[in-house]
Amino acid sequence: MQQSLASRIAIALIGWAVALLLFFPIFWMVLTSFKTETDAITASLVFHPTLVSYAEVFQRANYLGFALNSVVIALGGTVLALLFSVPAAYSMAFHPTPRTRGTLLWMLSTKMLPPVGVLVPIYLLFKFTGLLDTRTGLIIIYALMNLPITVWMLFTFYKEVPNEILEAGRMDGASTWGELVHILLPLTLPGVASTGLLSLILCWNEAFWSLNLTSSQAAPLTAFIASFSAPEGLFFAKLSAASTMAVAPILVFGWFSQKQLVQGLTFGAVK
Amino acid sequence: MSIRPASMRALLAATCLAGLATTAMTARAHADSTITIATVNNGDMVVMQKLSSEFEKLHPDIHLRWVTLEENVLRQRVTTDIATKAGQFDVMTIGNYEVPIWAKQGWLSPMDNLPASYDAGDLLKPVAQGVSYNGKLYALPFYAESAMTYYRTDLFKKAGVTMPAAPSYDELRPIADKLTDKNTQTYGMCLRGKPGWGENMAYVTTLVTAEGGQWFNEQWKPVIDSPAWTKAITYYVDILKADGPPGASSNGFNENLALFSSGHCAMWIDSTVAAGLLYDKKQSQVADEVGFAPIPTGSFKGGPTWLWSWNLAIPVSSKQQDAARTFVTWATSKEYIDLVAKTNGWVAVPPGTRQSTYDNPEYKKVAPFASFVLAAINSANPDGQTANPRPYTGAQFVAIPEFQGIGTQVGQTVAGILTGQTTVQQGLAAAQSATARTMRRAGYPKK
Repeated sequence: MQQSLASRIAIALIGWAVALLLFFPIFWMVLTSFKTETDAITASLVFHPTLVSYAEVFQRANYLGFALNSVVIALGGTVLALLFSVPAAYSMAFHPTPRTRGTLLWMLSTKMLPPVGVLVPIYLLFKFTGLLDTRTGLIIIYALMNLPITVWMLFTFYKEVPNEILEAGRMDGASTWGELVHILLPLTLPGVASTGLLSLILCWNEAFWSLNLTSSQAAPLTAFIASFSAPEGLFFAKLSAASTMAVAPILVFGWFSQKQLVQGLTFGAVK
Repeated sequence: MSIRPASMRALLAATCLAGLATTAMTARAHADSTITIATVNNGDMVVMQKLSSEFEKLHPDIHLRWVTLEENVLRQRVTTDIATKAGQFDVMTIGNYEVPIWAKQGWLSPMDNLPASYDAGDLLKPVAQGVSYNGKLYALPFYAESAMTYYRTDLFKKAGVTMPAAPSYDELRPIADKLTDKNTQTYGMCLRGKPGWGENMAYVTTLVTAEGGQWFNEQWKPVIDSPAWTKAITYYVDILKADGPPGASSNGFNENLALFSSGHCAMWIDSTVAAGLLYDKKQSQVADEVGFAPIPTGSFKGGPTWLWSWNLAIPVSSKQQDAARTFVTWATSKEYIDLVAKTNGWVAVPPGTRQSTYDNPEYKKVAPFASFVLAAINSANPDGQTANPRPYTGAQFVAIPEFQGIGTQVGQTVAGILTGQTTVQQGLAAAQSATARTMRRAGYPKK
């Protein structure tokens, strides 16, 4: 018992240390955002807090416009990805064909290509279809980008569900739609929710496509931060203020949904 | 003569129609246009964005949309757009590295027929030359910079040393040794070390030129393994190891600016644009102790080879050529400089582009570094300023599309030499063969 208490304390300490280590950059960013530009370059913890950087950031850029774009694009991308991946994963998990495994691996392999490799073709496609600098364009790109991950995650969740339950449903006369909506979704809801949350976070943080495919109308918060990153001059405080404002919504959202996220990610881990 | 009512009605209707048509045509001629401006995030550009409301007051039919990005992101973004002729931007902020290359590709609209009030003759010659191709302007300079030496007058005084009026690299070395005090984290010499064609290689190219070296000989063969490069890189590595801040290989312009303005550097050789920032008490803790000197010379006395400008250009793919031109000429005009002076003070005006700025007594009063900057820019020649003849243009870069890749690769090798991963000889030999290979693949020498 003694030893187990000691090891529990050790584990708790390691847990706290890792958490603090991961949290430190965010803490520092928030702290810097309340400093003046001169204070921002020093590592001192003693300073007069000021909201000057926030005021400047608000004055220079339309934060709410960028934030609205982020919300619409991240939600849109996630919903579109789920609309495709839920039936796709269902079909692969419960009605596999000899090619299912290969298809799954192929889908994952598309994530291994660096996005910049296809920048010019995609840019040209967007140009010809008039999707440059539109929310629709980014929603499509984000949905496509996250599709391999959402299909894989849902596939592994669905695999946990015994086929017999679905069979029983079919015996009782459930259609494919009924099977999916009334049996499978309620059973795997934590899994679907965590897939959606992960996709949402990935969409929110995505910076390559959002910077390259938008200019002024559909630019999300990633473009907002990028506009405060400077090669010349010291703007660390303003950059920190802009970054704090950009991560705040998803941080709050993550805080409230962490239970679902952990529940989903460990779903079926212990049988 | 009497007119029948029917004819009256017809006449009235015709007049109305004609009136309507004229109104429609006038409305079309004055149709509001919206232009999208891609710009880099630095102090001067932020001021321009703030003051652009004045432009919109002057031209109520032109609306402005801004895309502000960090330099490297901006470069990638606008290059993709212009190369695919997508036309997302009507005005682009580009460097004097891009202007001649893009003009040659036919991507930029020439800036001819400028209004007389613009006074293009007032633009500093080397700067205008840097944004011209075949003798024609393809962009208008917004601000320009060269390089100089910054030093801490208080530390010099305390150590009993003086900065020579025209320092040489050999003279600066013992001073740097003397001023370095690692206990108080004071470093004798700060220089760029972060790899990149626009970071460490901008400075290293200047240093190599000062020692009589260059990138390519007249047959486009790289000469990186020459004695001049060896001498320059040996000096660079030695002085940074002995008198530089720790981790110098990760310091770029920004990091050195932070180090100098927080009192950790006794000397710093970098872009003239830092002068205004170091002088600004809001941003610098050493604002009262900053001294200026020209960039040091080596065996070659041909002056500093550093000339960079940020310019506004209009891509041919823009559908708002006239509105874009109106904006570009406004933002680079004398009137704009006066406007900045009026609203933000003379010290904040975009420097380096116009002779009239340097002739202005108000500017001279608040910017004691002005004469150094003007002299440095006027003595920089973008067409060639190396000890031996060369086939390329560009001061602290080589104006060919391949240079971004080559410069960054050699920059990584130089950073490797600085951290001790490889020796000077080995590093330069590797850089020489890698560059030769890239140039061969790119088809040089071009007929």
